[in-house]
Amino acid sequence: MRFARAIAVALLVANPAFAAEIPPADRRSGYDFMKPDSRAMQDEDTANPGMLWVLDGEGLWKRKAGTANKACADCHDEARASMMGVAARYPAFDKAAGRPIDLEQRINSCRTNQQQATPLPFESRELLALTAFVARQSQGARIETGADPQLTPFIERGRELYMQRQGQLNLGCTNCHDDNWDKKLAGSAITQGHPTGYPLYRLEWQSLGSLQRRLRACITGIRAQPYDYGAPELVELELYLMSRARGMAMEAPAVRP
Amino acid sequence: MASALINVPAKAKRGDIIEIKTLMSHIMETGYRHMASGELVPRDIITSFTCRFNGSEIFRTDLFPAIAANPFITFFTTATESGKFEFEWIGDRGFSETASASITVE
Amino acid sequence: MQQPPNSSRRQFLGLAGGAAVLGIIPIVTVRPAEATPAMLASAIQTVTGGAAVRTGKVKLEIPPLVENGNTVPMTVSVNHPMAPEDHVRSIHVFNEKNPQANIANFHLGPHNGRAQVSTRIRLADSQKIVAIAKLSDGTFWSASVDVVVTLAACTEDVI
Repeated sequence: MRFARAIAVALLVANPAFAAEIPPADRRSGYDFMKPDSRAMQDEDTANPGMLWVLDGEGLWKRKAGTANKACADCHDEARASMMGVAARYPAFDKAAGRPIDLEQRINSCRTNQQQATPLPFESRELLALTAFVARQSQGARIETGADPQLTPFIERGRELYMQRQGQLNLGCTNCHDDNWDKKLAGSAITQGHPTGYPLYRLEWQSLGSLQRRLRACITGIRAQPYDYGAPELVELELYLMSRARGMAMEAPAVRP
Repeated sequence: MASALINVPAKAKRGDIIEIKTLMSHIMETGYRHMASGELVPRDIITSFTCRFNGSEIFRTDLFPAIAANPFITFFTTATESGKFEFEWIGDRGFSETASASITVE
Repeated sequence: MQQPPNSSRRQFLGLAGGAAVLGIIPIVTVRPAEATPAMLASAIQTVTGGAAVRTGKVKLEIPPLVENGNTVPMTVSVNHPMAPEDHVRSIHVFNEKNPQANIANFHLGPHNGRAQVSTRIRLADSQKIVAIAKLSDGTFWSASVDVVVTLAACTEDVI
């Protein structure tokens, strides 16, 4: 089986001590690995199914919620201005939590503390719509995540999680995404794993989904037990991945196979 | 929260053949999937998409479960006069959504 | 490698319950019944009423190797005038191996100017796609394409 052979090669060749980080000049977005038909889906706003969630998010931004009866717009005004560049520097350090939080958690923290509303469940339509809408305001912006020195220990933790072998297939993220990108895994292109387009519309899901959903799917794929949504490990992984992609342009909501 | 994205040129010259692109949010549940318990997940799809211009039907699609989720449908029409396009999506479980877009034809 | 402290991984079985809390249906991947070539022929017959179908005029554009079978871009066009007295009435698209033979029917008229439609379809397996155009003079024209569909590399579990 081709699959087994590809993995065997990865196990022989890859070793965290030698895992080569991709040189900045060689970094490529997942967009580059797609075929022209899939790219065409992302290129046009009215052809991009992810934009349906952005449209919903635009409505939710103005909707009053919680016992405080406030809308996001009441504090943040026009998202185009206030949210520009925000998603490009998430996950960010949260003083109250004393650790990094991702965009979904920030939205929920605003809901809880400012709107006095119940937090939105992970992967719910509403949370995805708001996240997509906010992330969209950073389109084209260069990723800046991780610049804050308070994040350094957490980025390092995320890097360890990215490098560690796990699961029945005993693979680390690095084995595919640092050492074997541009090769194929059972017909699908192995990308470099840069989260420049999240939340994104994945053809496999036929829905928009978050980076955490994608990470959990990958971890399941190597036959390891995935972390829960919102787990610190997932946020640390997100943080490491975004800081690894620093300087690349945001393209949310992207389309991916 | 159903929403639609429509792409219709705002202006066109008389006689131009223009492309109209539509995207509607819908799960298009095929009716062939099963729950972990073995139960069949019932079909829930858009079955028909119609476009009318100034009241007359100019395009219609019958959709089946083989159409992907969040149906994307594009077609062409000749710009003859200014007016309004009306789009209608009808489906299972009483699904019914409309959208409209205007065009100025010179 | 040691299990890191404060790990928050839960029992695998707990996932299904967790997914239910989120309101997501845990779907298992079960291979449903396939259409057969006979079903395809019968579906075509329903449209043509047994009339002769000629090859030509119709162009079916689908990537020969799809990126993901869940969402496959498809454009079908008919090289034929769209005049009031001579035009394409409808285009019918069929498949060979999905549980059902029909994919979509597109109803057109002279007003369209060009008989060309794009959409995105689902393909359960590598198979043949057939498009049949019905002209205003009652004749039928067709084209077919063979498409290769591979499963996604890693089978995903429930959310």
